[in-house]
Amino acid sequence: MSGNEVKLNPEQMDRYWGKTRNLTFVILFLWFIFAILIPWFAGPLNSVSFMGFPLGFYMTVQGSLIAFVVLIFVQNWRQDRIDDEFGLQEEE
Amino acid sequence: MALIKGNFLDNIGRVYGIYTGGFLAFIVLMAILEQLGVAADTIGILFVAFTIAIYALIGWLSRTMEVDAYYVAGRQVPAVYNGMATAADWMSGASFVAMAGGIYFGGYSYIAFVVGWTGGYILVNSLMAPYLRKFGCYTVPDYIGTRFGGNLARLMAVIVLVAASFTYVTAQINATGTVAARALHIPFEVGVWFGLLGILLCSMLGGMRAVTWTQVAQYIVLIIAYLVPVIWMSNSQGFGIIPHFSYGEAVQRITELEAEYGLLPAAEAMAGLSVLTTPAVAPVGDYAEWKFVTLAICMMAGTASLPHILMRYFTTPTVRSARKSVAWSLLFIFLLYFTAPALATLTKLQLLDPTLPTAIIGKPIEEVLALDWIRNWSQVDMLAVADQNGDGILQLNELFLRPDIVVLATPEIAGLPYVISGLVAAGGMAAAMSTADGLLLAIANALSHDLYYKIIDPKAETATRLIVARILLVVIGALGALIASLQLTGILGAVAWAFCFACSGLFFPLVLGVWWKRANREGAIAGMVAGFVAGTAYLYYVYNGGTPWFGLDHLRFGIVGMTASLVSMVVVTLLTPAPDEEIQKMVDATRVPTGPAILSSNH
Repeated sequence: MSGNEVKLNPEQMDRYWGKTRNLTFVILFLWFIFAILIPWFAGPLNSVSFMGFPLGFYMTVQGSLIAFVVLIFVQNWRQDRIDDEFGLQEEE
Repeated sequence: MALIKGNFLDNIGRVYGIYTGGFLAFIVLMAILEQLGVAADTIGILFVAFTIAIYALIGWLSRTMEVDAYYVAGRQVPAVYNGMATAADWMSGASFVAMAGGIYFGGYSYIAFVVGWTGGYILVNSLMAPYLRKFGCYTVPDYIGTRFGGNLARLMAVIVLVAASFTYVTAQINATGTVAARALHIPFEVGVWFGLLGILLCSMLGGMRAVTWTQVAQYIVLIIAYLVPVIWMSNSQGFGIIPHFSYGEAVQRITELEAEYGLLPAAEAMAGLSVLTTPAVAPVGDYAEWKFVTLAICMMAGTASLPHILMRYFTTPTVRSARKSVAWSLLFIFLLYFTAPALATLTKLQLLDPTLPTAIIGKPIEEVLALDWIRNWSQVDMLAVADQNGDGILQLNELFLRPDIVVLATPEIAGLPYVISGLVAAGGMAAAMSTADGLLLAIANALSHDLYYKIIDPKAETATRLIVARILLVVIGALGALIASLQLTGILGAVAWAFCFACSGLFFPLVLGVWWKRANREGAIAGMVAGFVAGTAYLYYVYNGGTPWFGLDHLRFGIVGMTASLVSMVVVTLLTPAPDEEIQKMVDATRVPTGPAILSSNH
């Protein structure tokens, strides 16, 4: 753990946590779409063909999974930017 | 020792590079031996024995007597390697051996496992891992005990952890026993103890540090073992080297063949074996969508509350690297999970499509019964072919399989050389061993750190603590093997239960501990008790023939448990005083990635 102590004052702390929370909510909203909504509608989506797959099937076996991987890397990239903005980098 | 300290971390890429090259060379050597006429059995034994010997060697090289190394691998595991270790920790016998078979037979309804076991990592990354890492705890109950305060909260967390992880570990020891029994030709009851011995060799001497470095090695074996047969099959069926984006035609072909053969139930059912009755693609039956979503939610919330996964993120150097390693974990896990449905599809096509030489449906029964793989697997009662309509031709509803064998039997079904079967056996062994190690360590660490050191004897010396931890590891492992040898449950069912136990008792106390400052001790205890008791009671109710509410069967009891947990935690918290200033400050500090950890090392 790094030794550089960055003290945020309460106002900064609120802004930092507000940004972190908003990012988390956006990610969880997208997660809800791919993890819950799309599988729920897999039946109707199957009438659409995608790269030779029925779309509903494709999304549950691959599409949503790819979305999760992308989401998590994007979330970390955005979160790192937020941390940097408030000077909260750590020494590795 | 010198190999592992400092020196080792600087050369880690080279060490695992050489290891991977060595393993590939070993596969080639086995292939050559097979061509020279060495018996298939010998090759199977060599595969399993060689890989276990390597893991044991890593375990021995990583031995330690330091608390920080034993519990959290000294908190110096680089993000990418922690990602691999987590992936191995995560992908158990259920993922490796049972999941593709589940999809083969269950279609849409089983794909919920695929979505649940990957989507859960978004919850881990968003809600849990970075904050628990900042906390600086050794175990999950350590977090609960410190954030909410008091031994009762800590004890409840230990109880839920033990219930969930122990259910899970018996399934894994069962899986190691199954693989060892088949590969080494020993009885299942002996195979279980043999498997346990391998598991303990990896974890006993070096705790988390040893488990980390063996899990990385096990990940490499299991991912190679899973991908090779699929790539091979895909290539021979004309879908190219990477089937994932091109097997759409195979899916369509299966839908056509399903219509042609008809998905009829068997004329006479056989215990423990299944015929194919579910379409591969479409949701069918009452509540199909609801069942998918509820199973996926239980698996996702369970992912985010299973202690053996969360504790892997305690081993990284920083909060940022903890997040990074969650992302790597998901990527490494994704490689297997998006392959599993491809494997199920291609294997089904091998059996069904009359234009492929390996197809058996529609062939004369005698011809099918003469096939080697049919004979081998029917001898152990995991497969049956019965001409129930007496027309001398094998119909789709006359081929009975145990779902668990689909992955293990695929190389033989597809007519691949035996060396691939040996490789798959080694992969299944690696998957089950690595998960069992993580689980045993989670249980033993919670009991030694939280129950023994924090509650019973806070003055215990370091050496005593680590000896207690090791004795517990052996005792719990032995108990697990004993129960596994009784074969009470199937692999996939037991694993789903573990996830439901974990999310019933721990999900909301963990999430709200970080995300709701107002959450207090009384609320957390109420949440853990109510969730765990309601979930367990509901499981008992449906398992003993009670009518499920809204189709929530025994695989989904976490929905009931989580609801009870959330409601009681919120209500009780609001009825009791807010936590004091110090706890509120602690929550603030948890949310900021830098600065000193809440708990000092050697706490």
